[in-house]
This record gives sequence, C-alpha cells and structure tokens, in this order.
Amino acid sequence: MPYDLNRYDGFAPANFREESPFKIHGGCGLMGICDESGALMSGEVPILAMAVQRDRGNGLGGGFAGYGIYPAFPDHFCFHMMYHDLRAKEEAEAILDRHFLIEVAEPMPTRPVKGITGAPLLWRYFMTPHTHMLEERDVSAEDYVVGVVMLVNSRVDGAFVASSGKNMGAFKGVGYPEEIGHYFRLEEYEGHTWVGHNRFPTNTPGWWGGAHPFTLLDWSIVHNGEISSYGINSRYLEQFGYTCSLGTDTEVAAYLFDLLLRRHKLPVELACKALAAPLWDEIDRMPADAAALMRSLRAVYGPGMLNGPFAIVLGFNGGMVALNDRIKLRPLVAARSGAVIMVASEESAIRTVLPAPDEVWTPKAGEPVIARVAGMEPPFHSQLHASPAEISCAMTAVEAACHAEEVVA
Amino acid sequence: MQQSFVQPEFRVKIDYDKCHKCGRCVQQCGWGVYDFNERPVPHDEKCRACHRCVTFCPAHCITIEKNTLAFRDNDNWSTDARKAVWKQAETGGVLLTSMGNPKPYERIFDKLLLDACQVTNPSIDPLREPMELRTYLGRKPDNVEIVPDGNGGFKLAEGAGVHHNIKLDTPIIFSPMSYGSVSLNVHRSLAMAAERCGILMNTGEGGLHEDLYPYQDNVIVQVASGRFGVSPEYLQRGAAIEIKIGQGAKPGIGGHLPGEKIDREVSATRMIPQGSDAISPAPHHDIYSIEDLRQLIYALKEASGYKPVGVKIAAVHNVAAIASGIVRAGADYVYLDGFRGGTGAAPAVIRDHIGIPIEIAIAVVDQRLREEGIRNQASIIAAGSIRSSADAAKAIALGADVVAIGTAALLALGCHLCQSCHTGKCSWGITTQKPELTRRIDPEWGAERLTNLVHAWSHELQEILGALGVNAVESLRGSRERLRAVGLDEQTCRILGVKPAGL
Amino acid sequence: MKPASIAPPAGVIEGYRYVAPAVECDGATVRMDAQGVYFQQLNDAVREEIASGAKLIRLSNVNGQRYIGTGLRVSGVKIEVEGTAGNDLAMFSDGIEIEVFGNGQDGVGNTMSSGRIVVHGDAGDVLGYGMRGGSVYIRGDVGYRVGIHMKAFEKLVPVLVCGGKARDFFGEYMAGGMLVLLGINARDDSQPIAGGFLGAGMHGGVIYVRGSVEPWQCGAEVAIATVGEEHMAELRPVIEDYAKAMGMDAEDILSQPFTRIAPMSHRPYAKLYASM
Repeated sequence: MPYDLNRYDGFAPANFREESPFKIHGGCGLMGICDESGALMSGEVPILAMAVQRDRGNGLGGGFAGYGIYPAFPDHFCFHMMYHDLRAKEEAEAILDRHFLIEVAEPMPTRPVKGITGAPLLWRYFMTPHTHMLEERDVSAEDYVVGVVMLVNSRVDGAFVASSGKNMGAFKGVGYPEEIGHYFRLEEYEGHTWVGHNRFPTNTPGWWGGAHPFTLLDWSIVHNGEISSYGINSRYLEQFGYTCSLGTDTEVAAYLFDLLLRRHKLPVELACKALAAPLWDEIDRMPADAAALMRSLRAVYGPGMLNGPFAIVLGFNGGMVALNDRIKLRPLVAARSGAVIMVASEESAIRTVLPAPDEVWTPKAGEPVIARVAGMEPPFHSQLHASPAEISCAMTAVEAACHAEEVVA
Repeated sequence: MQQSFVQPEFRVKIDYDKCHKCGRCVQQCGWGVYDFNERPVPHDEKCRACHRCVTFCPAHCITIEKNTLAFRDNDNWSTDARKAVWKQAETGGVLLTSMGNPKPYERIFDKLLLDACQVTNPSIDPLREPMELRTYLGRKPDNVEIVPDGNGGFKLAEGAGVHHNIKLDTPIIFSPMSYGSVSLNVHRSLAMAAERCGILMNTGEGGLHEDLYPYQDNVIVQVASGRFGVSPEYLQRGAAIEIKIGQGAKPGIGGHLPGEKIDREVSATRMIPQGSDAISPAPHHDIYSIEDLRQLIYALKEASGYKPVGVKIAAVHNVAAIASGIVRAGADYVYLDGFRGGTGAAPAVIRDHIGIPIEIAIAVVDQRLREEGIRNQASIIAAGSIRSSADAAKAIALGADVVAIGTAALLALGCHLCQSCHTGKCSWGITTQKPELTRRIDPEWGAERLTNLVHAWSHELQEILGALGVNAVESLRGSRERLRAVGLDEQTCRILGVKPAGL
Repeated sequence: MKPASIAPPAGVIEGYRYVAPAVECDGATVRMDAQGVYFQQLNDAVREEIASGAKLIRLSNVNGQRYIGTGLRVSGVKIEVEGTAGNDLAMFSDGIEIEVFGNGQDGVGNTMSSGRIVVHGDAGDVLGYGMRGGSVYIRGDVGYRVGIHMKAFEKLVPVLVCGGKARDFFGEYMAGGMLVLLGINARDDSQPIAGGFLGAGMHGGVIYVRGSVEPWQCGAEVAIATVGEEHMAELRPVIEDYAKAMGMDAEDILSQPFTRIAPMSHRPYAKLYASM
C-alpha cells in the first residue's frame, strides 16, 4: 500500500516519544464494560459511552482497548504498531520478523475522520514466537514478547508498540474518543471487555502513543484524576527498578499494579486496598485479623498509596477492575445489567449503553468494582518474569527508561 | 587576677524611677547578676540575656541591651574571634558553649518552598476531612505475604506483616536530652507530653528515673558510650532502644557531666556515685566497626524481647554510606542529627565547624537507602534544628519519617537560647539541678506547653498536607516533587533531589 | 449483546447533536424531546419557552445533559425531567421547580437560592453544595459530600431530604438549613445509613437522621441527641411535604425515632488559632 509521507508532516519526530521531566496534569473521563458471560459487544458500545462524556475531555487524547476482539487469532500475539515513517516500519518489521512467525501483517483498518490529523502509520501483526528461540533462551512467551517490545521501542527511532496482548488491542490517538473510535472503525470489532478514555491534558506531549489506554501484554489502564502523591509513588517504584519517565499518573498506576499483582502476588482486592488504603480510624474499627492485615498493608505500601483524586480502570483478558480514591474525589458510577458490569465517570454513559440496568450504584471510595469473565484467568501475567526496568521500557518506549538497564537483543 | 580584656556582652539597665525595689530580679537570676543595696545593682559581666529577670520584674523596669562597644572594623577578625583569643590567652581553656551552632551557614530549609494544589487536583480541607499524621516507626518488610482465611478472604501469613513498630500519632517526637543535663521536671514534662500527644520522649544517655516508669510506653531509652543507667530493667521498660553514636552538635566527641550536677537523684538514675563526674567516652568501646554495631544491636534486641533498636548518628560527610551500614546491621531506625543540633555542653570549635546540614543528610540517606532497595527496612528520624512545622514538612518531603525536636521543646519550657546550659545555672530551671531553680518548672505546666506546641505543629502539618492535596503524611514523605528551591546552587539542588522554582 | 447497528455508522458517533430539540406546545405546557440534544441547545430552548410564557416544560429522553434549570431565576414555572439529569442540575437556580423521574448525577442543587427540586431516584456526589434556600427532595441514595456548606441567610432556609442512605461527609461545613436522612429507599440494606465525617465542621443548621448514628460517624464539632417533641414541630412539616412529593406515608416515616445532630458552637475553630 503506497504511503504519502507528506501526510505525517504535522508529526514532529522529536515529539514522537517524549520524556517528560515534569509531572503532567490533566483531567479526564473514562468507562469500562465487561460481559461476565463472555458474550461479545460491538465496539460501538464504548464509543457511545465515551461520546456522551465528550465534555470531560479536550480533544487531545482518546482511546480504547478491547478484549476478545480477534477470535480468528485467539492464541497469536497481536501487536498494534505506530510508525513515524516507512524507515521505522522497515526496521521494526525486521525485528518482528526475526523473533516471530508473522501470520498476518496489515495496516490497521482506518477511515478518514474530520479533525483527526497527524496520525502515524498504523499497522498490526498477528504473530507467534519462534519456538526454537523460546527454547534456546529458556524464557516464557510472555517474557519473550516483553523483550521484543522493549527492543522495538528502544532501538527503533519512530516506532512504538501500542499494544501487545493476545486477542486484544488498543486503539488510541490524538482526538476525541468518538473520533478516534470512528477512525479505527471500532464498530467492526466485538469484545467481551472494553475500556475507554477521554483525555483533558493541561500539558501534553501531544503524541499518539501518549493517549490512554496504556498497555502491556494483556493489561490496559485508563485513569481520571490527578495523583497528588506522584512524587513519592514514583520514587517508591524507582526503588524497585521501574523508571517513571512519562510524568503521568497512569504510568505510575500501571507499575504499581505490576508490582502488587504480578511481583508481590497480592490478590486484586488487596492490591486495591494498598492503593486506596482505608483510613486508620476505619482500620482500628476492623476485627483483629483484618486490622492486622490492613495495618501491615498500609505501613508497607504507604509510599505506593495513590493519594489525591482518581478513578482507574484496569482491563485484562477476562475482566476489569475499577477503583476510586479513598475519599471519592473523582466520579465513578457502576451498574449491572444481567451479566454485564459497567463503570463510567457519569451515569449517562451507562444509560446510553444499558438503558434499563438492573442496578446502578456509586461504588464506595476505595472499594474496587471487579468484573471477571467466567472461566478466564486472574489478572496477572503468571508467566512473565520481566524486571521493573524492562516493564518501564516496554510500556513507555522512552529513552531514559530503556537505558535504565541494557536491553538484551 | 589581671583585668580581663573581654568586656561584658550585655548591659543591664534598670529604670529606678519605676523599680519597686522588691528584689524579685535578685531572686530570679541564676547567674548572680544582681546585688541588692537598697535597690538592685547589676553586674553586667554575669548577664546571659536569658530574660528571666525581665519576664518576672513586676515593674517592667529592666531592659537588657547589647554592649555596643565600637571596635576597629575588620571583616577578617570579627569581634567574636578577637574575644575568643583573649579568653583563651587568659585561661588556656577550650571554649565551652551550649545549644546549637549559631553561625551564619546557609539554612537550606529557608531556601525550600512547598507546593499547593490549584484546579487540576483539589486541596483538601484538613479541619473537616481526614488528615492522617499517624506514622509507624520501625522496620517494614519488603512486601505483605497473605494466605486465604478460609472464608473467601485473606489474612496475613504466619509471621508476615509489620511487627515491632511504634505507633506515633504525629511524626514529631522529642529528641534525647539526658536527666542530668536537664532537670527531672523537664523529663517529667516531656514524658507526660509524649503520652498525651501519642509520641515519644527520649531519655538521652542519663538513664530513666523511676518517676517516668508510668510513661515508659512513650519513652525511647538510650544506650550511649557511658552506659549510664543501662540495666535489663531499663532496656525492658523502653518502647524502643537507641544506640547513641553521635550528636550533631559534637560529632565524634564524648561528654562530661561535672560531679556537681550529680546529686542523689541523678546518681541513682545514672547508677553512678554521687558527686563523681559522669564521663561519656567518645566512641562506644565495644563498637570499633560496623559488625560490632550489629553485635550490639542484636544484644539489645535479645535483652529486650526484640524491641525496635535505633541508631543515632551525627550527620557527617559520609552519612549515606554510614546509614546504609546501620540499616544493614539491623537497626529499625536511623536517627540523623544535623550540624545545627543542640547540646548541653560542647566545645565551640566542634559545635561550630563539624558536620553537615540535616537537609543534605536526609536527602542523601533517603536516596541511598532507596537505591539499595532497603528504604523500607528502617525509618529515618531527622533532627538538628527543626524550628517549625514548615521545617518538619520539608524534612519529611525530603525523606524523613519523623522529626525530633530538642531546642524547640526547651524553648516551649522557657529557654531563651542564652547558650549557657553548661554552667548548670539555668535561671529557667531547665538545664540545672539546683532545687531552687528546677522547681521553677511545674511538670503539669511544662507538659501542657509541650502538648500545645506539638498539637499546634501537627495542625499546621495538616494544613500543609491539605494544601498539597494529600490526606496522609506517607504521601508527603519523600515526595521531593512537592519541593522547589529558591537560590540554591545547581549542585545542591541535585543532591537534594529538588528542582529549582520555575521547573 | 449485539452491535447496535449492523450497517457502518454514517459518521462519527455523537454523544449529543448540536440541534434544537423537537418542541410540542399545548397552551402553557411544552414538551421537548431531549434525545441526543446537546445541553446548550436544550437549555436555550427551555429558556426561550419560559420567556414565551411556558409554565410547565416536560423534557423526555434526558440522559446526562448538564445544567438543566441552571441559573434560572423564575417562579411559577416547573420543569419535568424524564431520564438521568446531568451534572449541576438546578445550579444557582432561584425559584424554579424541577421534578426528575430518574436519577440525578453529581452537583444537584449546587449553590441554589430558592425553588424546589424533586428527584424520584438517586443523586450523586456534592448534592446541594452551598445551597442557600429552597428544598431538594431525593427519593433514594445519595453520594459523597451531600449538603456541604448549606447555609441559611435571613429568610432563606434550605431544606434537603434524602430518602435513602448517604456516603461520607454528609453535611460537612454545614452553616444553616436542614438536612434530613431517612435511610428508607436504599439500595443496600447492609450499609450504615451514613458514612463517616457526618457533620464534620458543622457550625450551623441541623441534621435529622431517621434511626441512629454511631459517634464515630460524626464530626468532632457536633452534638448528637434524640429528637424530642420540641424539634418535631420543625421536622414534621418537612416530612409531610416530602412524603406528599414522593407519594409516601408521612406517619410511616415518622413512626421511628429520629436523631438530631447540631453544632456545639457557631465558631468551632475559635481556639485553633493564635495571633502572631
């Protein structure tokens, strides 16, 4: 397919992977939906939910992640790629080709949308790791994939892996979410779980990769609010080897989930209690065993506690977790309609999709709303052994993060 | 004796038209400034400008002025430098002084500014919404291990979680000041206030008087090189045990409490004979290296049923590496005392020229422990001139878990920083053992003033946290992103991990 | 769930269209179909009809449109909302009557001066913030920070009645008026009637809670007492009016004892500060 490079003129290379030495501020709107029966929903569903929340964003970032969207390739890793130019594409594809058996390589299906400009080259690949390379290196497929993501992000100038999981994908860019959804022809996909995000940055590097959701392997994360404890959260994570180079709360939240769920093996309910800890007075009123557990969680994970207003949705293959800050400073509404669980910043978003839900409620501060597709794995990558430095590099592609540790080719 | 070249520092002036001739000033002055001959007659050379007489004069007729004798200008030879030479030429002595370093070194706290929330994240109202200052002092595990509780939930795995931590209601504690250097009434005031505020007082190296036993859960018992009053009972009574290696005001040197201060009570508490000097050696003679420290830490844990054991050091040049060693030796907290920390007596040359600022020490220790992945293994207590809640907030933002206050606590009890503690004649009854002076502090009164101070600072800390938009102190702790420097050089900013204002 | 449409959408899916709503007039009664209409066009149409003399405006298919009734300074006019009213319903309103057949989102009755809002459903966070007068009746549960800094001024005395349960910070900073929490039409029976920090910083007005609250739930500045006869005189007419608006039985509501929460001082922080 011929590409007109002039089309990407508005996209300065320097901005492609921008590291921010500063905290980035902003507000947002979000949604998450999961059919616990595993039934599939059209990609129009998350678009609808985000479209009525348009006023929560400012057109500088919108995005979605869908799960179960590639039933034809359920066991293939699917890379959604962003390229600045053809050279970057060639270089990145050479790496992918060396590491994977590429079943399908194709441009992301898109359509022109008024107001969406400066899109990078968008491609997707359905691939399986070369078995002999897994054996030679004695690594799990998940470790292998994260390694390749890092390699592409760090070695190829102008290439960014937007998502890298199985049977899932992220669709994001600079624009309002409904425009981005239309651009990516989301109505052509069906998924059992979707998350969506509308960004209102007050200071943005303005690149497509910087839109939400953030992803790694199967995980995706969207976030609304501003974490006032960013300074200590990022230093705490750095102690474990993560590099917080984007200056965004989302990045910090993603690493904290990686630390708590995957590395420290906390169940998701307790990880949420560490991130949005109960007040000491509440802990003191708990029965002795629960109080001892909570006191320890809070004392140990205090530097990781997310303080300040936030609402977060973590999507994974098989469900989602939505979490609010501990004194409910950002809106979050939840609903159940049959097997469908949905959360959003506003009730109107829910009623657009589920006009007559069985119940609608405001989740309690710090108490997660958890949805799980029946029969699917819990939300951590049990076969992934990547170090925090590797996670940082893979998720952000920022040079500083990728130099934190020499990446193994 | 020859006439001294050193002229009095102050002039005591009495407005005799107003004077009641009541003799209150004579009675109040611990320094013997006043004679009485139908009316009070001051001897300027004895005055320390402690304002005890000024405060209690019923006629308000006393003023203390600086003796503004002119000296020939010399930027190099300050008046103080000239006086010091004369004094030493007269006496041949080491110049002794008290309280913290008064020299005009840079005060880094005064060049740091805190952040506040505007629009993108909300400030939080500290008066009506939760604003948590509770702090756990001690070692924390790397993570929390849990097991299913059998009811679909989870509980701590056997032995997992946080143990042997001390709960503090606010991250402000009292710094060590020994009974002997201060009076028993000061110790009583500190202990009662510590209990009321849910914090800790610290015995210092002079033992624990039995009057303080009721407050033992709010007391850190100190073990210093002199081992005064250290017995199994002492170790078992304290909430925590602290090994004192050094002090910010006099790093690397020992101490000397003169025999005249060792009265019956001090003698009993320190477990040394009445009237004999109490000498603290410069080092612990069972600690000549880091592995010896480990040995002592575990000896104290063994003897106390594994209470938290902390180590207090003066902030010196290589403080980060030393602190790392202390943590790896098994300490539950590291107490860093900056070069402006106070003392009951120290050679001026030591106090004024040794050590590093506490701000720098916090920054490098916190960073080093993080880089080594052991920051959770010990708490950091910072002291050495915490003058206000603002200093406390900045120390915490740099990485301290808790701040300790000594000079501020004594100021609350009446201290006017006359820097004469070593004389044992404190007119305010603080750093003396003379019964007629020590009775000036009623422990109930003292405890109330100290409690007021800690509560006021705690309220102010809550106001600061609220402005920062966080409702728990752990979200400020080490959050250097919330600090900016004004007028600090680039290198210092880098060491502090703080950006200059504007970035 | 099946895709909403099989055919590809003609354009970007819009949450709202920037067009005027379909309007149907019947004397002084006006019907508007708010389906997919952006709030500006919807509220413009409402203001226009009020200026033209409409006394009853019925909005159907409302879903999330913000600012309905916001800033309206008019009496003798009623707006009926069918659906989920968006954020800041009736903010700054002064005299308008609004009845919502559905839920309210966040910020209902924000800084309201007078008038009457009835919501036959739940309401979200920050309900009645800084409310200075008028009445707001909610049938079901309410969120966090309800009735924050309600205040009375001269003849203006705001009243806010919540039929379900409330989360934390109910009546925080309350300076005047009356807040009533019934706990009857609640979604979850296992929850306490209110969260924590009830009446925290309260320095005026009164809160009535049907049943009881634990001392830990309340702010430090309030006194908790059982309601006696002398206070029933003030509570009874409010409950009767609420019951009538909701189609409930007032005697049924009043059959249980109420708890009265009132500030101990109008100047709770007088001793907190010291002059420099």
